[in-house]
Amino acid sequence: MIRRMPDPSAQKVYVQVTAVFYPDGRLLPVSFVWEDGQSYGIDRVLGTIRAASLKAGGTGIRYTCMVRGRGIHLYFEEDRWFMERRE
Amino acid sequence: MSPRNILHIDMNNFYASVECLYRPELRGKPVAVCGDPALRHGIVLAKNYPAKSAGVTTGQAIWQARQKCPDLVVLPPNFARYLNFARLARNIYADYASRIEAFGLDEAWLDVTDSKSLIGDGKEIADRIRARIRSELGITASVGVSFNKVFAKLGSDMKKPDATTVISVLNYKEKVWPLPVQELLYVGRATRKKLNRKNIFTIGDLARADQRFLTAAFGKWGGVLHDFANGRDDAPVSDFVESSVIKSIGNSTTTPRDLMNEQDVRLVFYVLAESVAARLREHGFRCRTVQVHIRDNGLFTFERQGKLARPTSLSSDIAAKAADIFRENYTWEKPVRTLGLRGCDLVPAGVTDNTQIDIFMDEIRRQKQERLEETLDVLRRRYGYYCLQRAVLLSDRPMHINPRDDHVIHPAGVFNSPLKDRETPGKDGAP
Repeated sequence: MIRRMPDPSAQKVYVQVTAVFYPDGRLLPVSFVWEDGQSYGIDRVLGTIRAASLKAGGTGIRYTCMVRGRGIHLYFEEDRWFMERRE
Repeated sequence: MSPRNILHIDMNNFYASVECLYRPELRGKPVAVCGDPALRHGIVLAKNYPAKSAGVTTGQAIWQARQKCPDLVVLPPNFARYLNFARLARNIYADYASRIEAFGLDEAWLDVTDSKSLIGDGKEIADRIRARIRSELGITASVGVSFNKVFAKLGSDMKKPDATTVISVLNYKEKVWPLPVQELLYVGRATRKKLNRKNIFTIGDLARADQRFLTAAFGKWGGVLHDFANGRDDAPVSDFVESSVIKSIGNSTTTPRDLMNEQDVRLVFYVLAESVAARLREHGFRCRTVQVHIRDNGLFTFERQGKLARPTSLSSDIAAKAADIFRENYTWEKPVRTLGLRGCDLVPAGVTDNTQIDIFMDEIRRQKQERLEETLDVLRRRYGYYCLQRAVLLSDRPMHINPRDDHVIHPAGVFNSPLKDRETPGKDGAP
């Protein structure tokens, strides 16, 4: 696999995601790897909606997830997952 | 009967907005999406508001745009992405209307009359759709709400970006009539000039003019325009099925260099005919008429057509007919810049199987030819467009154009934009 060097100025961070396809068609992420290599488990998916990210620049299915007590947005854009960089 | 609720949705600066969504660093800077100058498609296809206020207009050559706006950011188009956004927008519309008529990629009419008791009136639905386009697609849209299609379209132009304009039976005289007459759909540059000569400058002037006078001056269209100006337009918003009815299949291309002689022209006709023929076969049609569109390098444009001896979906028949029409109608005063080819007068392929066989034509050979071209379709589907080509095309490599995959797109503004002749190389049955 080719891993691109992370671009610290970009607000769009593509992440590696482990997800489950359920028999009823749902697709839910289980964990993701942030650009520093750290893996985070997703404790709960609170909601999914189609949404654009003006900050990162893109649109996709947005998963609102709880990770270690914090809410995060994970976007599924066509065939890649991305997150917005936090300040 | 109570008035209809029709929306016209116009996604603002569509191509440029999509590009700016994906490149947050460009927002606020003047941006234009332009064709490829190396292929001589180097004109502005779309621009954002900063570029617009600097004087950049759609249809300008890139160098003209740069003169107006030296720090203009020029981006190549990404049609696959725009098609995807158009599809996503359509999915939103489908939640509110069963009848959706696309007008290019970025515009659509919706008939939401029947959704009134379920969701709300026209304005409410318009506002909801705008909010969803903003949050789900990250771009904005202007919506016109009215009791007919013509006024709905006018309305979407009145307030931009991201706004709803309502033109009702009660207020259309105040809102629409003071507008210049060229704002009305179908009033282009030529018609505007003629109307102005008759002292008609606003839509109100047109509405108050005597219908008989207009019919005498402009023929049938005079009466139609008079009806439009008075809000009498009962054209339905065509639904999914109707809009997919194909009336003709065409393709046009501006070649990377000017065409100097008949050999060049024949070459391009072969490429276009193969694409047209392949699409005719794909949809199960044969055409009875071939239409040729020619533009010389002085930008003089005309169209000619001719009937075929019998319906065909063979590229060789279509290319030969096109070359005949060209030869009869072109005098080579100037080199050719753009060529278009269209098969019209379509008949379903099966029906013609029992037409009269021509005794002067080798029918067996013809059937073989058909099977050969069908095989070509299969091979190209599996191995790509360039896996098999006519030897004649090898003589001039830079002329390689894959009209089928290169730009299957409806540019904005079918009626009054300078892009008019860059018609869809796809299914151009829709208006």
